[in-house]
Amino acid sequence: MKIIPSIFILFIGVMLAAAVAGMPEFGDPNSPANTHIVPYYRENSLEETGVTEIVTSIVVSYRGYDTFGEVTVIFTAGTGVIALLGRK
Amino acid sequence: MSESLFGEDVIVRTIARLVAPFIQLFGLYVLMHGHVSPGGGFQAGVIIASSFILLALALGLPESKERFKKTIRLPMESSGPLIFALIGVTCILAGGYYLQYGIAFLFPPAVVSAILISAVEIGIGITVLAMIVTIFYAMAGD
Repeated sequence: MKIIPSIFILFIGVMLAAAVAGMPEFGDPNSPANTHIVPYYRENSLEETGVTEIVTSIVVSYRGYDTFGEVTVIFTAGTGVIALLGRK
Repeated sequence: MSESLFGEDVIVRTIARLVAPFIQLFGLYVLMHGHVSPGGGFQAGVIIASSFILLALALGLPESKERFKKTIRLPMESSGPLIFALIGVTCILAGGYYLQYGIAFLFPPAVVSAILISAVEIGIGITVLAMIVTIFYAMAGD
């Protein structure tokens, strides 16, 4: 019987469900995500990056290291596939 | 998979050959408008790569490879991280931080930043395009 793992999983599930109930509402203007950094991006991203699309300014400029890592991940993934399957 | 999935079906072959350039054009649009509207390098690379995958499905793998040769893909795969890193180092040489695009060079910082961000997006698009197509060819290859 896998009774102990089941109880453990159930416990974690209940905890997660309780945590979800405590999350801020979707689109809540008073949530920390919307009061902390988003107003700064909305007001300053155009003059700081010269890009009208805020998402692009965040992805490429404010979070540029992360995007650089993503490109490297794609490059590494492709290199791994080539190494495993051979270049066709 | 040396033969097409659809054999010699004239409709499928013709439509795929007709539609592929428009998919690539839309991909270029998404790439070049990444800084003014939703879009960017990752999405554009996948859209353009999907046109080559469509050609491979409809016309067969060799004919798709004929349009996107290995000699072209090889430099494209590594150019994206290279462009990204070079632009980052250029920002250091210009007196800023790594990937600080807003450096004053001939134009106001915001304009330089927009140009460099577009260049980075193009680099991302090139790498994603070449890598997705290469992975597809490697997995579909016989």
